[in-house]
Amino acid sequence: MATKAIVGEKVGMTQVWDEQHRAIPVTVLRVAPMRVVRVKTTEDEGYSALQVTWGVRRAGTLNKPEQGHYAAAGVEPGRHLVELRIDDASGFEVGQQLTADVLAAGERVDVIAVSKGKGFTGAMKRHNFKGQGASHGNHKKHRSPGSIGACATPARVFRGTKMAGRMGGQQVTSLNLEVVQADPDKELVLVKGAVPGPRGGMVVLRDTVKGTSGRTPGRGES
Amino acid sequence: MNPTDIVDREFLRDDIPEFGPGDTLKVHVRVVEGTRERVQVFQGAVIRRQGSGARETFTVRKVSFGVGVERTFPVHSPVLAKIEMVTRGDVRRAKLYYQRDRIGKAAKIKEKRAVRP
Repeated sequence: MATKAIVGEKVGMTQVWDEQHRAIPVTVLRVAPMRVVRVKTTEDEGYSALQVTWGVRRAGTLNKPEQGHYAAAGVEPGRHLVELRIDDASGFEVGQQLTADVLAAGERVDVIAVSKGKGFTGAMKRHNFKGQGASHGNHKKHRSPGSIGACATPARVFRGTKMAGRMGGQQVTSLNLEVVQADPDKELVLVKGAVPGPRGGMVVLRDTVKGTSGRTPGRGES
Repeated sequence: MNPTDIVDREFLRDDIPEFGPGDTLKVHVRVVEGTRERVQVFQGAVIRRQGSGARETFTVRKVSFGVGVERTFPVHSPVLAKIEMVTRGDVRRAKLYYQRDRIGKAAKIKEKRAVRP
């Protein structure tokens, strides 16, 4: 599991230049300072995690249980409550502030977010099926999946057969992305490459769990 | 204004002259050869400017030994040592792709005459 994690908001993509004058595509993430609302440890809860919030929220929009939860912690109410699973939460305390300086440039992170909803899509878009030919007598079946099974045996369609259906809107984890810049003053983190989800969507960053061992560095990387 | 402009701002260059399609430029490009760095000049007409912010690019076209050569540069790229204006062109289009079909005198871009006071 991860040793550290933070919550951010996807702002959009742009590019920056590195020392060798190369353009690096980056996703801009806004990481507002987070407040720890609750610390969960293995002894008390069976797993370790940090419950955090960020931003501001009018007290009137909270219901009684939420108000009580924030009041018990003595923490200002924030936009959401998010739980960050980390290896060891015992070093943290309630009310502590976490900012973007948790991360540093060059570090590898995993980014977890809910992907953009695509609606009901066909098998070609959803499962990368090839579709069917444009010609050879094909009639109105150009994007059809084709056969979905045999005939009298088994006389049914197997469960889990790839077919058309709802796509997107699911939690996606992008593994092993490079942090290009982490700026706690501007409350920004730049991550190399794309990140799942729409602009304005919530993303969770954690230090990568699969590591970089065995990975061949790309061209120009040390 | 785009939300990502807060990141773009520090990468934008302010030493780039104003230029547009039809203008003839001398683009001074930094070329790294091994450990040495030198400046190469690419002279030609701007046939396109596209994008905005840090991602804006422009394309310069020249005819070299009878072969048309086009190079696209990011406007704010640190690779560009200098952009020198040679002539201002008088054109009616934003994208001068018709230049690709023309050779010789037909490909000449009229020079913009300064308005008399």
